[in-house]
Amino acid sequence: MEIKKTSLNKLHQSNNAKFVEFAGYEMPIQYSKGIIEEHKFTRSHSGIFDVSHMGQLFIYGDENLTEELEKIFPLDLKNLKQNSSKYSFLMNEDAGIYDDLIITKIEEGYLVILNAACKDKDYQILSNLLGTKFKMNLDNNRSLIAVQGPKSVEILNSIINGVDQLNFMSGNWFDSYNQKLFVTRSGYTGEDGFEISISNENAEKFVQNLIEKGAQLIGLGARDTLRLEAGLCLYGHELDINKTPVEANLKWAISKNRLSNGDFIGSKNIMKQIQEGASQIRVGIKPEGRLIAREKTKIFDDTEKQIGEITSGTFGPSVNGPIAMGYVDKEFSKVDTKIFLEVRGKKHQANVCPLPFYKKNYVKGVN
Amino acid sequence: MSEVKFSKEHEWITLEGDVATIGITKHATEMLGDIVFAELPEKGSNVEKDGTAGVVESTKAASDVYTPVSGEVVDTNQAIVDDPSKINEDPEGSAWFFKLKMKDQSEMDGLMNKEEYDKFAKESAS
Repeated sequence: MEIKKTSLNKLHQSNNAKFVEFAGYEMPIQYSKGIIEEHKFTRSHSGIFDVSHMGQLFIYGDENLTEELEKIFPLDLKNLKQNSSKYSFLMNEDAGIYDDLIITKIEEGYLVILNAACKDKDYQILSNLLGTKFKMNLDNNRSLIAVQGPKSVEILNSIINGVDQLNFMSGNWFDSYNQKLFVTRSGYTGEDGFEISISNENAEKFVQNLIEKGAQLIGLGARDTLRLEAGLCLYGHELDINKTPVEANLKWAISKNRLSNGDFIGSKNIMKQIQEGASQIRVGIKPEGRLIAREKTKIFDDTEKQIGEITSGTFGPSVNGPIAMGYVDKEFSKVDTKIFLEVRGKKHQANVCPLPFYKKNYVKGVN
Repeated sequence: MSEVKFSKEHEWITLEGDVATIGITKHATEMLGDIVFAELPEKGSNVEKDGTAGVVESTKAASDVYTPVSGEVVDTNQAIVDDPSKINEDPEGSAWFFKLKMKDQSEMDGLMNKEEYDKFAKESAS
């Protein structure tokens, strides 16, 4: 299959991007400054991320759609305010996770942002569940650009006036570039920031305007170190079809009044796991010293018993040390539990630690 | 000090008497990206030509460091373990990895000179 390119591909090239294939797309892993500089720039200024490979699924409908979607997502969508966003999951009957996503209630229905590697399958699953009653559009004509970091609000507001009035996890339509842009205040870095849905033909011009205002392009490499410092899950690593939201320590994302009724896909297993506790749970892990424990690293207790596995591990540029997340048996999930990581045949000490590794700077209650 | 020689695994080596100093090339650091971890062989241990003699890790991945010649490890550069970013800054100078007391200096014969290595690196990168 031919590799897909986003509408910013040429711009990435002219900014000396190193490319990798990701979910069938040619995506920039880093630019000339490298992952650590890009990471730190995002934390101190404003980073631009091309996330156009992600799925932008518009589902159009009224209360009837809300009712149908509540059978699928563990959210209180009836009481969700228009333009508010929620983090959620698409699950199977056993509460195994097909994908994690952000859903926003918009005037016309819902906008669902899906992972690139999952979006086509998600579309199929949702079409099968919703039938033909509602118009669905997995929109390939729109690019998605994330702008993240403390200077983002000032920079973006000078291009799209009014975005500074958005609260975290909410969005709205804005008129700019002679079209309607959908902007949400959200992100994947632990910083204040925005995601902008813009037509493909205007995407490059918009990003160039951001660069003129002082923002810089950031690759997927720094996106990964940023999200890991923020303790956020990456589908295919922390999350997959064999993991549930309870095991992933994401039960905060499940609406409480939906739980009591238990009428969404996967609710039976979720309620069972909440009552009985999941046998394994996702935790933050801090290796001692400078040792980096990558995905698939085996985790042991102080005897020879394997108690879990690392799902992501790297060097955290802002915490200036190695960081990781992984799943451990329930009895080893308490903060400060000593565990051992087997790297290159040797066991190294590490500690279960609270998440996030890096404190978030989200803006709350602008209006 | 001898002329700098290079291996296909992207190590450089210089010889002074029978002691070789070994590090990784600038080209290797450019391929790896930001280096955040380095592990060196133990002083006093013996390493074999083309065998692993350390590890470097970038933010993205781990890579073995090989030794282009055999010998006994007589010194290691603790400064790059304490601050691995030094490897990106000065890979072919102060950020050497380890020194070996060589057994057989003829092992140097098969290695590339600078011109040959630059050509090899350019070709292997494309």
